Order: sequence, then C-alpha cells, then structure tokens
Amino acid sequence: MFELTLTQEAVAEAPKGDRYDLIIIGGGPAGFTAGLYAARARVGTLLIERGVPGGQAAVTNHIENFPGFPDGVGGPELGERMKEQAVRFGLEVAAADVSQVGLEGDLKVVHTSQGVFRAPALIIATGTQSAALGVPGERELTGRGVSYCATCDAAFFRDKTVAVVGGGDSAIDEALFLTRFVKEAVVIHRRDALRATRILQDRAMANPKIRFAWNSVVEAIGGHEAVETVTVRNVKTGERETLPVDGVFIYVGLRPNTAFLGDLVKLDDRGYIVTNEEMETSLPGVFAAGDVRVKGLRQVVTACGDGAIAAVNADKYLQEHHYST
Amino acid sequence: MKPAEITDAAFETEVVKSDLPVLVDFWAPWCGPCKAVAPVVEELAGEFQDKIKFVKINTDENSAQANKLGIRGIPTLLFYKGGRELDRVVGYAPKSELKKRLDSLLSR
Repeated sequence: MFELTLTQEAVAEAPKGDRYDLIIIGGGPAGFTAGLYAARARVGTLLIERGVPGGQAAVTNHIENFPGFPDGVGGPELGERMKEQAVRFGLEVAAADVSQVGLEGDLKVVHTSQGVFRAPALIIATGTQSAALGVPGERELTGRGVSYCATCDAAFFRDKTVAVVGGGDSAIDEALFLTRFVKEAVVIHRRDALRATRILQDRAMANPKIRFAWNSVVEAIGGHEAVETVTVRNVKTGERETLPVDGVFIYVGLRPNTAFLGDLVKLDDRGYIVTNEEMETSLPGVFAAGDVRVKGLRQVVTACGDGAIAAVNADKYLQEHHYST
Repeated sequence: MKPAEITDAAFETEVVKSDLPVLVDFWAPWCGPCKAVAPVVEELAGEFQDKIKFVKINTDENSAQANKLGIRGIPTLLFYKGGRELDRVVGYAPKSELKKRLDSLLSR
C-alpha cells in the first residue's frame, strides 16, 4: 500500500491541439519512456492512455527486479513516477481510448474517444491484457470475487479463502501478496511443476497459507451475489472437485492489445507486432515498443529500453522526412 | 461537482429510496484506479446535475453494503433506478464509457 499523491505537473496536461509530430498509444513503461525521450528531444508528442499509468506494472504491488530500487518499488507508484517525469519535460497526455488508426498520406490518424489526432510518426505501446479462463461464471462474477489484480482487490478477502489460477511469476507473486490478507490461498495449476522464477517458488512452498492443486484446471466458477465455489478437474485422473472459495484470482497469461490496429502493421499469429531491432514495424513512421511486440522477455526494464529506442528512431524518422522538430 | 460521501446506514434512503437515478461510487483511499476515476465522475456529476444523483462510499469505513452487494473490487460504480441496481462497472473506465451508461440509465 502506498499514498498516491499527484503532483501539479502530472495533473496539468491535456491535448492542446490535434496535430503532433509524434503520437504514442499506451501509457505503460514503454509509452512513458518513449514520451520522456521524445519530449527531451523536443519532439511535439501526445501520449494517449485510457486508464491509470503504468500498464501491467500498475497492477502489481511490488517490483523487486527493476534496477535502481534495492528495496523494490510499488507498481502503481512506478507508473505514476514515469508519467510525472515525462510530463515534466513537456509530454502531453490525453485520457482516451483509441478505436482505430488510419492513414492520410504520410499522416497517421488516431481516432479516440476524445477526438481525432494526427502525426507523421506513431509509437504503439499498448501492451497486453490478462487472458481470461473462458469458463462459466467468470464474466458474471468479475468484480464479485473474480479478479485479475490481487494488488487491487486483496483488501476484500481478509481472512477468506481464495483460489489463484496459474503457475508463472504473476500467479505465484500475487499468491504470496495475498497471504498478507487471506486465510488460505489455493494455487490451481494445470501441470505438476511451476514455471515461476525459482526464488518465488521457494517462497511459495515455504508459505503455510499457500497450498497447491496440481494437474488441475478450472471448469467453472460458482456463486450468486459473489463467488462461492470453484470447480476443478484433475487433468490426469479426470476427477472433479468443487472447492468453497470466496475469490478467484486469474493469472493465466497475457494477450496483446492489437485488435484496434486491423491490418495496419504486420502481426504474428498470436497478435503481437512484428518489429526489427530498431522497433520499426512494417509501416514507415510506425514503431512499436514494450509487451505488444514479438519479443523474448517481457519485463518493465525491457519495455523501457524499447520505448527509448522507438522515440530516438521516431525522431530520426521525422528529421529524415524534413519535418521540423 | 463533488459527489456526496454517504455511509452504509444512509444507503437505503439516499440510494434505494431516491427519486432520481443514482450513481454510487465505491472507493477507498489506497486505490489508484479509484483516484483516477474520481475526477471523471465529478465531471459527469456536473453534466448530469438534477437528472442523476451521484454519491460515494468509502469501503474502508463502510464495508457492509459493499459486502452485501457482492462488491469484491474497486472502483465499482453502481447504477440505480427505482430502487434497483440496473448496471455496474468494475474498474477504471473512461468518461465516454461512463457517459454511455448514464445516458442508458436515464432512458430506461
């Protein structure tokens, strides 16, 4: 938990026109690092973000592996600080949702819920969102016990029993976080070994509030006003069991936010944006940065690196195409 | 326009028995997305003044109603009309989405 204080600089931003040199879609670590580098290069830049700053970083309570923070840093806090830093150098920010991107000659036309914005250069940093299980009860009970964000919702489960679905870093990290509040957390994983980083596995195994349902998948989530049960099936034995739980936290992967792009740029078969080492997409003047790219490692630190490279290359693109920046 | 803060005890009179439709904003001081959606709700409260009532409930101090209504995540915005919950939004949503829901609430 942390005290969120918005500084004057972080609040005093809004689009001042509809034409920019560079538009950045997405306000996570990639987007705001790109915004920071672009603003410092005096590129007239607008960043569009539909939610809170920080992207996936903002939904985790504590980040221990971002360099420069020996005691770790709060996820939402890191997001806010990245935004504040970029805004301080002149980045403009619009709170809006992007519905589509079109082209008018060299101009990229970004259609949003707060109007249409145009720029010759574009950086797509829209990241990913949590994958759903796709089981009965999941949608109906979202916000009523089904959650994709332990940081956000743990407080509602004090002394309760919750299920955590998944076996990677997010599932284990968040299960450990939940033990500060819950009576018990059952980690439901479809295999018999976790994918999570070794240190997290060790901590989870040693935590008396965490138990494991191995080789198990969720078939349904039950409850009326709120979650009451989760039904699991053992993939090895076929056995079904209904567990009484008050909450289900789902961490089974991430999906790229690229549907709004249509066929503007080349995507791989899972929807991630194809780029080269310079963050260039298949369309000149359009770059991608962060989790939304086809890449090996998706972390805050790699997203920041992508953002910086994309911004510097966007600036170079603008210079080469004779736009004044 | 700042929505009025109400307590669990006032829910019945302020929300269920309200003549106007009501938007109820369940929030807590430690919740980042709640702080992000607060100014959006304030703007909408001004725009829908006299047509829709806007109230807030701090779930740290008032957990009974939230618990009864199955609220397990915040921000949760409840849309009430004629004493019944007609719609609910969980998590931060941009102004355009909330405005759509408020227009819909008025027309039902």
